[in-house]
Amino acid sequence: MSDKNYTTGTFSGGIHPDYDGKDLSCNSVIRIAPLYEKYEVALQQNIGKAPKLIVAVGDEVKKGQKIAEADGFVSVPLHSPTSGVVEAITQIPGPMGVPVNAVVIKSDMKDEWGELPEVLDWRETDAATLKARIADAGIVGMGGAAFPSAVKLSPPPEKKITALVINGAECEPYLTADHRLMLEAPERVLTGAAIMGKILGVENIYIGVELNKRDAIDMLLAHAEKYNIKIVGLKVQYPQGAEKQLIYAVTDRKVPAGGLPMDAGVVVQNTATCAAVADAVIEGKPLIDRVTTITGEAVKNPSNWRLKIGTPIREAIKLAGGTTDDVRKVILGGPMMGFAQKSLDVTIQKNSSGILIFPEKKITQYQSSACIRCGRCLQGCPMKLNPALLGRLIENEKFDLALKNNVMDCMECGSCAFICPAHRPLVQHMRRAKAEIRNMKK
Amino acid sequence: MSEETTQLILPKHEDLVVSSSPHIQVKDSVSAIMLKVVAAMIPAMAAGIYYFGISALWVILLCSIFCVGAEILWCLIAKKNVWATIRDCSALVTGILLALNLSASTPWWVCLIGAFLAIWLGKQIFGGIGYNPFNPALVARVGLLIALPGLMTTWVPTRQMVNDIRTTACAEEMQISSQFISNDDAKIIAAEDSKIDAVTCATPLGVVSTTPKNSELFSIANNFKAIDNCKANKEYFLGNIGGCLGETSSLALLIGGILLLCWRLINWRIPVFFIGTVFVITGAINYFYPGVTPSPIFHVVTGGLMLGAFFMATDMVTSPMTNSGAIVFAIGCGIITSAIRIWGNYPEGVSFSILFMNALVPFIDKFCTRRVFGAVKTAKKA
Repeated sequence: MSDKNYTTGTFSGGIHPDYDGKDLSCNSVIRIAPLYEKYEVALQQNIGKAPKLIVAVGDEVKKGQKIAEADGFVSVPLHSPTSGVVEAITQIPGPMGVPVNAVVIKSDMKDEWGELPEVLDWRETDAATLKARIADAGIVGMGGAAFPSAVKLSPPPEKKITALVINGAECEPYLTADHRLMLEAPERVLTGAAIMGKILGVENIYIGVELNKRDAIDMLLAHAEKYNIKIVGLKVQYPQGAEKQLIYAVTDRKVPAGGLPMDAGVVVQNTATCAAVADAVIEGKPLIDRVTTITGEAVKNPSNWRLKIGTPIREAIKLAGGTTDDVRKVILGGPMMGFAQKSLDVTIQKNSSGILIFPEKKITQYQSSACIRCGRCLQGCPMKLNPALLGRLIENEKFDLALKNNVMDCMECGSCAFICPAHRPLVQHMRRAKAEIRNMKK
Repeated sequence: MSEETTQLILPKHEDLVVSSSPHIQVKDSVSAIMLKVVAAMIPAMAAGIYYFGISALWVILLCSIFCVGAEILWCLIAKKNVWATIRDCSALVTGILLALNLSASTPWWVCLIGAFLAIWLGKQIFGGIGYNPFNPALVARVGLLIALPGLMTTWVPTRQMVNDIRTTACAEEMQISSQFISNDDAKIIAAEDSKIDAVTCATPLGVVSTTPKNSELFSIANNFKAIDNCKANKEYFLGNIGGCLGETSSLALLIGGILLLCWRLINWRIPVFFIGTVFVITGAINYFYPGVTPSPIFHVVTGGLMLGAFFMATDMVTSPMTNSGAIVFAIGCGIITSAIRIWGNYPEGVSFSILFMNALVPFIDKFCTRRVFGAVKTAKKA
């Protein structure tokens, strides 16, 4: 095994399922999805303002051509995933259950690149140019929340950033997209990390990888030295990849409650984001595709695919050989925080790390019962909250007391609901309280 | 469109389930937890049956059946779903715990009253499992103790103790057993008179409690020596002593307690700090004022301390959820138990201490909170 020339770390709390499903797809080499005749690119894929559309129905577009441009600071442009014609600008089902505006691009099946910005030598280029390139390439956090990466790389001057942490934990069960990416393209991940390190002007760049991906750790170690990037092995424990937990595990710093990573002097970026940054800088390519794991017990061939943004999940499922006939659930994302889908017309977005498909036997529909105060949710909560108490308070609509008990620090990781023997819908309770409290503040 | 696709199977819209995350959950359940607790009580039940004979088994069976029956009856009266309520097996746990708290000689009607006290007064009246402030089995035990003090403090000797008396025809050479069996009873046993209904005995703590306090300290210390010595404590540890059918064998309770700890069903802080506190307090008193109370080892292996510390105080519903709260709770139990044992009129204080601390749990929960991850000490904003 590895020479163990890396440090290890973890956080306190969290959970780990007996079976994490990673074995289904962790050996599947990333394949490039064949061209599909029609891509439906959701207009707003990130936190912040939706970009402004700059194409009209009937326009011809090339692959990588900008179809919408950033509208404000926290906004990123959108690029065409292939060459073709803008067929429609319409509403399509969104991953969160509400319809979203989308640009429908009918492919000409040529997949021709348009004019790309110049290739940059990142070592020779100044930070501002690099950052502008990242913003221009439409790069967002590809691990979950899809926060514009360039904004994360622009901390206010009073926040001194001293470390960049790259999230290679991939703590969500079943997903292996980041794992494969680190294994197959370690140089891209490391280059992207180094570029962002340069933009931030930080010396300390860490990549945190869960110890169930030792092959990826070894692969990164083989290349990390020339980029001066440190690898940190992380205990296999969900949610090791949650921002605050990851920062603590890797750097031993605690992000103050209610604060942002930059309050601890840290910026966190995802591995897939790193690869996208490397592509944008050294090849000039905008973010138009991503690696997505298509997996689950109901998929014929669990596998990893490089899918264009805007690919309907129906097509993605076809790529993986379709499903077994007892399929009951399609989840966009991982099993802990992903969103169950009703429509297969939902399309791949920049943060769609996985499509998880469960058969009947994996569907759990429990009757929830009263809390028996076993305290397991307290042990599981990575934020050190008291989910049992919060659940009871919220059931009785005591939102003010829930606020006092720090419900706003809940990140909805699902550890409490996962571990609850009474199967209480704790995550729904937390979401409800957070929404009610936000409304009260308005 | 769909015709041109091959034999690929795709999820059908109507088959898809939409639910909130997380989409995976542990297979554990409340009933699984309760059944594991039952399994952990098997050593104690086995010890009870071994030492007290078949009558112990009857008490266990009766209490279990009555408790589950009482819960079913409550559901029927309150128009609650019977299966959904009894499915969690908590009534079974309460029943067995109640039995472990009774003498093997307990008549059936006392079991019946105890079952209704436990399930109705102890649990369902507060809204069922999860909402009861007090440990239901302890509510029943203390209720019975107050209502039927004579019956509840009448203990039968173990079969081994009876045999000891039989083989030791003359009471010259004192066996441990003879400390607790009155002369009259011993004579009856020795004569093997089959016409008697029951033979009673005292518990070690009972002997301590009834030792006249006004006699000279020196003689009291001597008195303890007969019942509080290495050999006697070993017998108590194994369980060859009168008392509740479940609390006699500290060994069996310890095995069960270790099972509970291994299965992560109880917080180790509760038994450790409970027993530790009793040990320290009785040890200190015993050291500085010899004769006031027996040795700490005696206190740990006799009475209901092991049963209380591992099986009653650790009840999830009625103990604090935070680790710091568990420590406060356990130390409180230990202090009250020691105080009652040393200075109280009752020989035993475990039940009272746990019930008292149960009542304080909401306050403990309020003050022993955890600090949220990344909490910063900042001046409070108004």
